[in-house]
Amino acid sequence: MPDLLLERTAARPNPRQEEAAEVTAAPRLGTGLASLARGLTGIVLLAAIWEIAPRVGLVNDYFVPPLSQVAQAWWDLARSGELLRHLEASVVRSATGFGLALALAIPLGAAVAWYRPVREVLTPPLELFRNTAALALLPVFVLILGIGETSKIAIVTYACFFPVLLNTISGVGNVDPQLLRSARVLGLSPVATFRKVVFPAALPTIFTGIRIAGAAAVLVLIAAEMIGATAGLGYFINYAQNNFLIAPMYAAILTTSALGLAVNYGLVALERRLSRWRA
Amino acid sequence: MSSAIELDGVRQVFHVRDRQGRRQQFVALEGLDLSIRAGELFVLVGPSGCGKSTVLDLISGLNRPAAGSIRVGDRVVDQPGLDRGFVFQQYTLLPWRTAQGNVEFALEAAGGLSRRERRERARQYLDLVGLDEFADRYPHELSGGMKQRVAIARSLSYEPEVLLMDEPYGALDAQTRERLQRELLAIWRRTGTTIVFITHDIDEAVFLGQRVGVMSSRPGRIKAVVDIDLDRDHPDQDVRSTPEFARHRHQVWSLLRSDLETVDDPARAEAEEVGRVA
Repeated sequence: MPDLLLERTAARPNPRQEEAAEVTAAPRLGTGLASLARGLTGIVLLAAIWEIAPRVGLVNDYFVPPLSQVAQAWWDLARSGELLRHLEASVVRSATGFGLALALAIPLGAAVAWYRPVREVLTPPLELFRNTAALALLPVFVLILGIGETSKIAIVTYACFFPVLLNTISGVGNVDPQLLRSARVLGLSPVATFRKVVFPAALPTIFTGIRIAGAAAVLVLIAAEMIGATAGLGYFINYAQNNFLIAPMYAAILTTSALGLAVNYGLVALERRLSRWRA
Repeated sequence: MSSAIELDGVRQVFHVRDRQGRRQQFVALEGLDLSIRAGELFVLVGPSGCGKSTVLDLISGLNRPAAGSIRVGDRVVDQPGLDRGFVFQQYTLLPWRTAQGNVEFALEAAGGLSRRERRERARQYLDLVGLDEFADRYPHELSGGMKQRVAIARSLSYEPEVLLMDEPYGALDAQTRERLQRELLAIWRRTGTTIVFITHDIDEAVFLGQRVGVMSSRPGRIKAVVDIDLDRDHPDQDVRSTPEFARHRHQVWSLLRSDLETVDDPARAEAEEVGRVA
């Protein structure tokens, strides 16, 4: 029997019993520890394969150096300050683009959801842009904005804009009508209704978009930096590959993974803080 | 403070589409007259779909009537206002605010109070519905009955002259419902607010109402208003088992029943259908 079925149908007190006894159901003892151990196993196994496979000749150790060499290269890069320089360039660009996208997409999404004419005018062009890959527009951004910071920030903004916009539209558009009725009965002004009812109610949905945007910000930026930049993790990965600095290249790739992870967990933690009221 | 409510020749029409996709008009209320006295607990019963909630939406000012007039106190109703409170069946609490925060929400909307005054007033009304200990709980941590009590506290907190309640106990289990009915009577006696209470439960109507308005359906209008004369002042007595209660119950039941029979009769139902969409 699949574990999912077993877990979801396991014996547990029903909500009335939980309420009467003022308790909540807990998973069986030890399940948390076991799953933590299994999670570590996966990572350790991956590291071991990476270390051993080049050493025993399963893969060419020139193209895939053992993990220990990559770690050494990462340490050297970190100590020389070069890694920090590229990381900083990437973080500043993606954070700026990401922030700009939020500042544009949330108000616009709210307007689209709230005002029918805005929605009707903007939906077709937005659909068109949404289905145009961000990187396909990179040459256009470079032509118009040059190869400096502006074009890279612009492409990140573009990539982050749509997930946030679409989730804001759906979040604001799908607020429980009963909540809106109760706001109207209280004679709340539209602005106050938005601030006190609609925005908080839409926030979980908006946050889904923000998380997608966070991942996209890193992804698209690295690709953009590979095409035209003089600093940044994407630039460095490309540069290292061109100059056969294979171990530093992997070190930089791992750094982008770590950056992506950090962004995602940071956003998840923020979301959790903001939605402590949920079960 | 309490106000009388006066509905005069009220008609309400909705735009609908039938199964074939043709646009039509749905006459929900037609020539509805009703006067509710100041300080009265008035219960409105009727078969489902007869337009009970439509009446409440009109009194609240959420919707405007197609014809006729609605007055609360000496004002004509044309928009929602804080002289009228509304308790919905689905509680409609803000899930991201605590019980206390939900009551304060109404007071923020009403305005005119400092933060501290709002907090004190919210406490006072949570106390009134017996939830002072649960002030810091979020809605998902409260049972259905508790949520509805928070909603009632919220609607009473800004001291409206009229409290409109749309099947507020419909989703609760029988025991909780009975307890909340007794609580409502106590609150009503203490505050003296005019209450309009909608239900489809005849027992609930007879137990709560000073008068019970029975509606007929399609189009909805007031068929009869029954005076309920019960001695509810003895807390130890089970009012529901008295002969007077049974008599009133039967009276309301018969009024509702005769309306149902006309709908059960296929020929008349069809005739009504034609009349409705005309």
